[in-house]
Amino acid sequence: MLSRVANSLYWMSRYIERADNTARLVDVSLQLSLDLQHFDEHTLDSHWLPVVQSAGDETLFSALHPIPTSDAVIEFLVFQTENTNSILSSVMLARENARMVRDQIPNEFWEELNRLYLFLRSAGARASFRSDPTQFFQEIKASALHLQGITHATVVRNEGWRFIQAGKYIERADKTSRILDVRHAAFPARGAPGAITQAGALEWAAVLRSCSAWDAYQALHGAEILPAHVADLLLLSEDFPRSVRFSVQQLNTALRRISGVGDESFSNDAEKLSGRLLAELFYGTTDEIFDQGLHTYIDALQTKLNTIGEALFRTYILHAFQQIEDDQIRQQEEQQQQ
Amino acid sequence: MASTTDSPPPFNLSTSGPRPPLFDGYDPDGFFDEMFEADGSVRNHYRKLLHNFKTLSHPDLDTKRRAVDALFLRQGVTFNVYGDSQGTERVFPFDLMPRIIPRHEWEHLEAGLIQRITALNLFLHDIYHEQRILKDGVVPPFYVLSAKHFRREFVNFNVPGDIYIHICGTDLIRGADGTYMVLEDNARCPSGVSYVLENRRAMKRTFSDLFESVGVRSVSSYPADLLNVLRHIAPAGVSDPTVVILTPGPYNSAYFEHASLARQMGIEIVEGRDLVVRDQAVCMRTTKGLRPVHVIYRRIDDDFLDPSVFRSDSALGVAGLVHSYRAGRVSLANSIGTGVADDKVMYYFVPRIIKYYLDQDPIIPNVPTYLASEDKDRAYILDHLGELVVKSANEAGGYGMLMGPQSTAAERASFRERILADPRSYIAQPVVSLSRHPTFVEDNPRALEGRHIDLRPFILYGEKVTVIPGGLTRVALRRGSLVVNSSQGGGSKDTWVLHNGD
Repeated sequence: MLSRVANSLYWMSRYIERADNTARLVDVSLQLSLDLQHFDEHTLDSHWLPVVQSAGDETLFSALHPIPTSDAVIEFLVFQTENTNSILSSVMLARENARMVRDQIPNEFWEELNRLYLFLRSAGARASFRSDPTQFFQEIKASALHLQGITHATVVRNEGWRFIQAGKYIERADKTSRILDVRHAAFPARGAPGAITQAGALEWAAVLRSCSAWDAYQALHGAEILPAHVADLLLLSEDFPRSVRFSVQQLNTALRRISGVGDESFSNDAEKLSGRLLAELFYGTTDEIFDQGLHTYIDALQTKLNTIGEALFRTYILHAFQQIEDDQIRQQEEQQQQ
Repeated sequence: MASTTDSPPPFNLSTSGPRPPLFDGYDPDGFFDEMFEADGSVRNHYRKLLHNFKTLSHPDLDTKRRAVDALFLRQGVTFNVYGDSQGTERVFPFDLMPRIIPRHEWEHLEAGLIQRITALNLFLHDIYHEQRILKDGVVPPFYVLSAKHFRREFVNFNVPGDIYIHICGTDLIRGADGTYMVLEDNARCPSGVSYVLENRRAMKRTFSDLFESVGVRSVSSYPADLLNVLRHIAPAGVSDPTVVILTPGPYNSAYFEHASLARQMGIEIVEGRDLVVRDQAVCMRTTKGLRPVHVIYRRIDDDFLDPSVFRSDSALGVAGLVHSYRAGRVSLANSIGTGVADDKVMYYFVPRIIKYYLDQDPIIPNVPTYLASEDKDRAYILDHLGELVVKSANEAGGYGMLMGPQSTAAERASFRERILADPRSYIAQPVVSLSRHPTFVEDNPRALEGRHIDLRPFILYGEKVTVIPGGLTRVALRRGSLVVNSSQGGGSKDTWVLHNGD
């Protein structure tokens, strides 16, 4: 497989996963804001700003929106193209990458991604968002699921598939950790959070809902919400498909299938680092995590995921990578197709 | 005119009686109309289509049209707009009313196209070797040696299989009397074949019931035929060649086509930056290291192929590619230097070229042409600028053209200067009243109007020569316009070649 193609498949997949996760996060936060009583300016800040911070984009946000109203946050996270992590930007970038590798992806996949893109760029998108935001986010989530379904059902299990999987799961591990971290201002620096208030319970439930983990949680632990259980499910569960451990397991498998190296060994830094992270998640406990502080742990986890992504890039992509310059774009346009 | 018993009765616009409302007031207007005889009666090969359209209501048609538009947009069947790096993509407008060519007419065209590509390939071989045709004075040497796309570096170079033009898109038009004529040959990077395939797919989805009853020849073997042609020219000793398509990249107007052909052939689409030459072999950079490439269907111009030989500022090519090509390690389609054959000045000589190599008269005639570098012709051109179409010899896409009758005095003055300064680069032709075809038009959803059309069939030259049955019918959507290029507001139609017919 061409290195450039591998790169595009990987990022296409990451961006779709990113759009999906952002849609989940904004949707649940929006619903939660409706549950919060006494919604003054202060609670507004403390409700929405963490959502922006969880994506690591607060500097850009305050530059674009000096006054952090909920409308501003939603605009920033959903439609604003200046924010390269907004839902619209993610879908545009996913489509741009897909366009580069159209010959490698099923037609149905391209059609669906293109449909989502055209919908989000249309005037109807904003109208739909205003009249029924839940339905609007449902549309995006359903489209992301549709895309994953088409991928699962129709893509040949070749190298391209493995780059798609690697992109999807590294993004998901990162985003699940960020969603869990969204209330970190309320966490104690070290140790497990103590008794939680009713409002706190609503927020932890929102975290679970953002990861579509509410049903899984209830099946395991009943209706009582304990932060330790939430963290355990979202970070360490072996079986829950949106947990960090599950995602890293899938990432690790994809990386090893790409090189053909077995689990007992490794052939490059990406495999070494993902294998090590998987072992940490495998042998780790929530007690240990809360001992060092949940936020500190998640911060370190995100750094490790970034390092794996960089190692993957160095191993498979870098030698073919070259930034497109303006004169190259001009020459591409100028070629006469008769 | 004999009508068979199972055909619907002849429909005559000029008589009263039931007429499909879509054709209310349809007027061939003195032009050659593809669907109607001069007396208003429908041509035989359009009868079944007409019969079917009679049963369609306006809402049916509206629904169908909207479905096709949505399909193309959703599938991204688009072209990029030249000079717009913002990624603006447009759907190439598609007209639901198909153009139909009966069997005998097609057989005539097919024979003419095969004759033409055969002669052009012999011509290219000759001018890159013995140059007999120049020595015999059939084509003045000056014209070949001064041609912009003549590649001196490849004189005496033997291309694989002696084939120069593997893929040719020849533009055909019909004049006022219905005679087919060749307008130009596109022998470098002809584009449009993906729209032939997409248009057909859309029509089959929209009018599934019609295809069987009308008996339309399939175009679906094109990708397989093209792949065979490319495999055929693999370097000696390579039994299972790796074939790739080389694209300028996603900002090129035809990128959709490059990607779509790659997908349908099951080959890689590569950009220059994906390739590198090692020990004379062209290799692509894969996740498993470098992998050799044997045949390249290139969709970039000669000038940009290899910065170490041609333009050194090319950011699209591969340094060392030409060296590898010369060493016989990689094959190219089309070959380097084929642009001589579609220089519009050379077009003037094609009938003589056919006569010289094949000892035959051309089956499809050229449009009458004047060469600005011939004194007598130039005088005529300059005296009649307001009546002629003046074309620059090496431009494509409707650029560098003067449409005499629609031109302003300033435009004519500017062309006069350009012609006098560089007569070698200009030809002129009388304005041809292109044939017209009933077409749905934007501002009149309830009726069809006549719009001018041309036809670009695609010819493949490999082990044998094949012509895709049909081709791209381009249509000038603006009322009265004769310019069909997509960049100038043109659209396209599906082209049906019939299995049978008269």
